Amino acid sequence: MDFGAGFSLIDIRPLTPEITMICTGLILLLLDLVVKKKEAIAVLGIIGTIVAIFATYRLYAFNETRSIFLEMFALDGYANFFKIIFYINVILTICISFRYMKIEKASIGEYYALLMFATTGMMIMASAADLIVLYLGLELMALSTYILAGLMRKQRKSNEAALKYFFLGAFSSAFLLYGISLTFGLTGTTNIQDIAGLVSSLSIADNAIMHLAVVFLIVAFGFKIALVPFHMWAPDVYEGAPTSITAFMSVGPKAAGFAVLGRVLFEAFGDMQIMWSSILVPLSILTMAVGSIIALAQTNIKRMLAYSSVAHAGYILLGIIAGTTDGLISSVNYLMIYMFMNMGAFAIVIMLRSEGFQGEELEDYKGLAKTNPAAAALMLVFMFSLTGIPPTAGFIGKFYVIMEAINAGDMYLAITAVVFSVISAFFYLRVVMYMYMNDPKETVILTKSPSMTFALALTTVMVLVLGVFPSVLLNLVRSSIIS
Amino acid sequence: MTLPQLFFAYFALSMTVLSLLIVTRKNPVHSVIWMLVLFIHIAALYLFLNAEFLAAIQIIIYAGAILVLFLFVIMLLNLKREETAQKYQSQWPISMGIALVFAIFMTMIVGKITVMPALGEYSVEAIKAEGSMMTIGKVLYTRYLLPFEIASLVLLVAIIGAVVLAKQRVE
Repeated sequence: MDFGAGFSLIDIRPLTPEITMICTGLILLLLDLVVKKKEAIAVLGIIGTIVAIFATYRLYAFNETRSIFLEMFALDGYANFFKIIFYINVILTICISFRYMKIEKASIGEYYALLMFATTGMMIMASAADLIVLYLGLELMALSTYILAGLMRKQRKSNEAALKYFFLGAFSSAFLLYGISLTFGLTGTTNIQDIAGLVSSLSIADNAIMHLAVVFLIVAFGFKIALVPFHMWAPDVYEGAPTSITAFMSVGPKAAGFAVLGRVLFEAFGDMQIMWSSILVPLSILTMAVGSIIALAQTNIKRMLAYSSVAHAGYILLGIIAGTTDGLISSVNYLMIYMFMNMGAFAIVIMLRSEGFQGEELEDYKGLAKTNPAAAALMLVFMFSLTGIPPTAGFIGKFYVIMEAINAGDMYLAITAVVFSVISAFFYLRVVMYMYMNDPKETVILTKSPSMTFALALTTVMVLVLGVFPSVLLNLVRSSIIS
Repeated sequence: MTLPQLFFAYFALSMTVLSLLIVTRKNPVHSVIWMLVLFIHIAALYLFLNAEFLAAIQIIIYAGAILVLFLFVIMLLNLKREETAQKYQSQWPISMGIALVFAIFMTMIVGKITVMPALGEYSVEAIKAEGSMMTIGKVLYTRYLLPFEIASLVLLVAIIGAVVLAKQRVE
């Protein structure tokens, strides 16, 4: 079928994963009216995601790398790999939220539908070949997560989290739009590939306004990935939001932010690498420093993990600063590993929450090894991995980004990363110390469910397997990005 | 100074003053009224750029719909207490300092601007030949169809969000 203006029905095929996710979300919304058991809706959400994974798998074989939909949408290995991260992220989130949302008395069908829409937004961001599509994908993701953060309406903290996230998110959107409009003013296009061509053909790489546009774009993406000094929202929002959503937010929007940061900087402004690297270097050092040092003072585990996720953004940035394809590969590799270890840690935090017991204080972990040895052992694995101790995957992730920093000649940056990594060991291992070396204050009853067991099994196995066989993941990332 | 420059200078200056008035007024209704004046000025700037359709949209949607909504919310909230309370937090001098540094930085950038030739398919002449409404309509439903569809999703999520956050839940 031809719609005129040079686009036909076959163009829709590359969008099948997104369309699947949207349809799943809409079906979940409608079913919420008739289905009383919300677990059924959650299972349907997982099934919809699996169908989308299958669609993406088919499109891998489709091997269509050109930009489609009149060059609005890119379906390359880079986008596909990020989509895999988003799929696993949403499946793990659904698995860990089954029981939790019931305990919080916020078990509603819209929760799962909004997770689907947020994931669709991230997928659109990863595939955006045009700055306008990028902006709309970002808004779709952000709007859904604002609502998810404020889902526990009766709790002040949840309301505060949603409002804070909304205001600062709107603020960062303004920066993004400012950056886009300045770029459009200079090049007359919003297409990412065309911008790259025009930056070199018009030789505006040294133009002050062009620099300003890149700075604005970095600020906007910095908000989404919580770089210091744009991280102010992260601790409060992570603490106030439902824990399952904190887990979702600490991985999904961050990965999506890195996806667009990598695409815009590498594809559109590849010629200006020296300029944007010099902006990202201080941001990365500050991010690692503030994240690691302030986390030391936290007594609430959700806040501690929030600062830890800020610090991890700094490490992931190292690969992008390197400005090479290998650097980008190491960053994407780190993001995948980070997802498994962070999701695993949050799954344990969620297990501690039971009827009438918050389980969010570090003190609550005292003596966990005596009362619940299995959960303590898993937490140990995740904490070791977040610190970066071999043979866990966290070590591999850090190893590759630091190696890329050295390869790019940023020796001092590599040393800084190692130093802050050592500092961060203090607060991660403090949890381990509490669990193994203290006596239990009170008996903690864990909230277990089959889906939680599945999520924990998957994350633990991945953290250990990727730690021992790192080349499996690295080769997958490499073949996706280089294609 | 030529006439267009004078025109622009008036609007730029008055928009800055109006923006300051909006954030400094104690009475929220006054703020909203100043905002109305600001929106009309913005619409005039759009006209100045040959974008008459955008100017009309600006008046209808922002000045017409959104500001009425603002006034409704202010009336419903009954902001007596906020009117007498301290308007700014104690950190405001720090924010002011940062804003000033940013303003100086921007002024320095403005001095470095090299004016680029007009680029892209939609030059002033091309739009004049077709009319801005026609051009926007054509582009929106062909080239920008995908963003247009995504925008509809964003609106859907906003509606769902409003319902989810506002409805009384039966436990």
